[in-house]
Amino acid sequence: MTGTFPILSLITFLPLVGALIIFVIRADEEVAARNARWVALWTTAITFIMSLTIWVGFDETTADFQFVEQAEWLGNATNYHMGVDGISMLFVILTTFLMPFCILASWESIQVRVKEYMIAFLLLETLMIGVFCSLDLVLFYLFFEAGLIPMFLIIGIWGGVRRVYASFKFFLYTLAGSVLMLLAIMAMYWQVGTTDIPTLMAADFPAEMQTWLWLAFFASFAVKMPMWPVHTWLPDAHVEAPTAGSVILAGILLKMGGYGFLRFSLPMFPIASDLFAPMVFGLSVIAIIYTSFVALVQEDMKKLIAYSSVAHMGFVTMGIFAATTQGVQGGIFQMLSHGWISGALFLCVGVVYDRMHTREISAYGGLAKRMPLYAFAFMIFTMANVGLPGTSGFVGEFLTIIGVFQVNTTVAMLATTGVILSACYALFLYRRVIFGALEKDTLKNILDLNLREKLTLAPLIVATIFFGIYPLPIFNVTAVSVDNLVANYSAALEAHAATDSSVPDFASLGLGR
Amino acid sequence: MDTALAMPDLTPALAEIILAIGAMALLMLGVFRGEAATRAVSIGAVLLLIVAAFAVLSQPAERVLTFGGAFVMDGFAIVMKCLVLLGSAVAIVMAMGFMKRENLDRFEFPVLIVLATLGMLMMISANGLIALYMGLELQSLALYVVASFHRDSTRSTEAGLKYFVLGALSSGMLLYGSSLIYGFSGTTNFDVLSGVMATGGVSIGLLFGLIFLLAGLAFKVSAVPFHMWTPDVYEGAPTPVTAFFAAAPKIAAMALFLRVMHGAFSPAMAEWQQIVVFLSIASMVLGAFAAISQHNIKRMMAYSSIGHMGFALVGLASGTVDGVKGVVIYLTIYLIMNAGAFCCILAMRHKEGPVEEISDLAGLSRNQPMLAAAFAVLLFSLAGIPPLAGFFAKYYVFLAAIDAGLYTLAIIGVLASVVGAFYYLRIIKVMYFDEPAPAFAGPMGREMTAILTVSGLFTLLFILYPAPLLKMAEGAAISLVPAAVAEVMPEHATEAPAAH
Repeated sequence: MTGTFPILSLITFLPLVGALIIFVIRADEEVAARNARWVALWTTAITFIMSLTIWVGFDETTADFQFVEQAEWLGNATNYHMGVDGISMLFVILTTFLMPFCILASWESIQVRVKEYMIAFLLLETLMIGVFCSLDLVLFYLFFEAGLIPMFLIIGIWGGVRRVYASFKFFLYTLAGSVLMLLAIMAMYWQVGTTDIPTLMAADFPAEMQTWLWLAFFASFAVKMPMWPVHTWLPDAHVEAPTAGSVILAGILLKMGGYGFLRFSLPMFPIASDLFAPMVFGLSVIAIIYTSFVALVQEDMKKLIAYSSVAHMGFVTMGIFAATTQGVQGGIFQMLSHGWISGALFLCVGVVYDRMHTREISAYGGLAKRMPLYAFAFMIFTMANVGLPGTSGFVGEFLTIIGVFQVNTTVAMLATTGVILSACYALFLYRRVIFGALEKDTLKNILDLNLREKLTLAPLIVATIFFGIYPLPIFNVTAVSVDNLVANYSAALEAHAATDSSVPDFASLGLGR
Repeated sequence: MDTALAMPDLTPALAEIILAIGAMALLMLGVFRGEAATRAVSIGAVLLLIVAAFAVLSQPAERVLTFGGAFVMDGFAIVMKCLVLLGSAVAIVMAMGFMKRENLDRFEFPVLIVLATLGMLMMISANGLIALYMGLELQSLALYVVASFHRDSTRSTEAGLKYFVLGALSSGMLLYGSSLIYGFSGTTNFDVLSGVMATGGVSIGLLFGLIFLLAGLAFKVSAVPFHMWTPDVYEGAPTPVTAFFAAAPKIAAMALFLRVMHGAFSPAMAEWQQIVVFLSIASMVLGAFAAISQHNIKRMMAYSSIGHMGFALVGLASGTVDGVKGVVIYLTIYLIMNAGAFCCILAMRHKEGPVEEISDLAGLSRNQPMLAAAFAVLLFSLAGIPPLAGFFAKYYVFLAAIDAGLYTLAIIGVLASVVGAFYYLRIIKVMYFDEPAPAFAGPMGREMTAILTVSGLFTLLFILYPAPLLKMAEGAAISLVPAAVAEVMPEHATEAPAAH
């Protein structure tokens, strides 16, 4: 496939081209800002449409990497290698899908240094797409880490009052986790002689080495995910980031952790994954229950949603490490659906924040009277966040719990309480903001959604409902890759268990479906 | 091989001879034409360094010995000498505008830099203890004078004096170590020395000599615990001098360090490795933590350079060809980043004169967005954040450390780089997040803009085409550690070594 059109590189670097165009715009402040907005919107929209072509052209019957590109880079052991499979492809689409909304959400709320803001966002888009497309560990690490730079600037320059603290915490937490992964990448390089991901997936690492490598990767992805107890950077970053920054943070950056588990931890270190699965279950359950309680007492809307993100990510890690077809499928689906639901919730907060400039829950109340459309949109996303059947939030949670149930009933039972708790905090938030009497004078003249906001929220409502009722398009893409992943995983475990017979039982490979 | 009495082959030392004669000629020009000739002398010095660089590049990549085996010229020396010459030339260019503004433009400055550079080239080519000491002292004496070049400023003279006293102490230790080594091995020649150790083992006397030698070398690369002079000298010396100190002498000293350890003391690797590991860890950790509390940007850069030398020592500590390759890559990238960073620091001046507080940079992104962007790129790169060049510098030294099984060193190293990231981020925060302070005076000057642009673009775009630098570093490493060619990774074994 090397000779084909380099569609992945095109999608990855198209936003960078947009950023360069904005960079060279020379005009007075006002005109430059307007041009920057439009260029950014067009760039992200075109990127999204281009990215749909990979979904259309995607072969759902194979677990192999598709649209593969390869080029010489750091000598022959580390190359520029891009490609997607059923696991990564939808994350690329999710990224390109959310970006235009981020630009739209920043249309009026960002008034200072618009040019730099749009450049940072487009740069970030390139780096995020790159993470999901790279098929080389060093390349992956490069995209993974480089994303810190624009996000640091986005939080630090356009953020709230405690933006400096939040941006530093975000940067240093993530960096500290990642550098250990870098060392693990180096160790893998010396072990196998390459950093090529497909080759490494086929490689057999010794059991003891797997343990160390797994822990190093875990350090990075657990922070990114974020898992309890290293989640504390997330609420700070979310609260201080501008709306679009929160959308990207919750919608895509968090997914990199889960994607990393799926791409590296499970297929490359199956023995260690199995060994540490109980620990991951424990941390996930704590995350689900504990952070739900924490969310319950928050006074800040963004902080509440941030903690609920941590809880939802708990379902993802739980499902992934159950390593059953349903668990992994559910984990992926949950990540995707949380991508647009939490993104949409942050956009909803952004709507009222732009009008009132406060995120305190107590500053609101009775918005349903003045803002019926807003109340409707907010309700859809609240219900999706709770995991109401019929919304996309339900599918993921349900599947992860089923997946875990096969492996560990206690964990599944405890996780289910999280569903109830999520209903508590989400409905509690909704009631205090939307219902009740419209008493506060400041709210008397608040306006309902304008056209831009309607355009931003409507596609997200459609996605939430559509994939809640008919999730098959997503499962069709992921099915073969997930089956392959789960089959290889259990084969590796069986091979390890039967150490005396070095030949794995290949007959069991096909039974995963 | 020449006998002691015959005229030695002078071709390998062509660059050194050019610099020596050229420095004298420039000195004469300055003496007879007076202060008016300063600019001409500066330009002449830069041209001289460029000519010397061509002379270096014209040398064959094979290993050639001359002066009775005391002077060696090989692929490694070619690369390191070019880096040093580049660093010195850039320093002279950077100094021209500054010295004129501060009324410090005396013709001795470029001449002294050329003489120091001559000493550095000697260090890089030293293949014996006497040649080593000669090169080192020629370089150091010139540097002592340059450090106190602003002779009316107490800070500058204090810097020079401190540097001199501590430098003399370290030279003494180095000399003492050399005498012990000579006493216990009967030779000053590196090749013979390694032969003696390979057959006779490392005697306790040699070990003592090695330790004293290491202390002296550690002082020159300002590795902890021999770093005490660095912050004071960096802060006190005029800024272009600091820029010079941070680059060329460090590269020369590190090249010497590599040659002594891999050449003369390769049989004693088990002994020196543990010491270098300690120096490396101590430098990385102290550099990172001490820089956090600094308010003066030059002082912060001093601790930053201590940390960077610690990272470079990681490559040396691994003791492999890949380690040397890592060090060469590290030093090259460090040299270029450093030049750009000091251009930004030199741009920090108000009408009344230069300022050095980090808080003076507040809101630079509003006043001078391009300067701030360039500085931010360089700082992220110094912190080792991908995709900038500084990441690859760290990547290759740690790659070598992991291969050598130095896991503790690698883990402490990367964590120190996270701590280090904090103080670089702090400057970015001041430039981007804080409210603007009074703007800096005047444009940067054309030559400074050029240096900064080249440095910034290199840092940013290195990722696109890293192959030439990687190849160059590998050639240099293989020529320094010829015995280890067979140990190189399988995929490299088929390539012809030392192709420039």
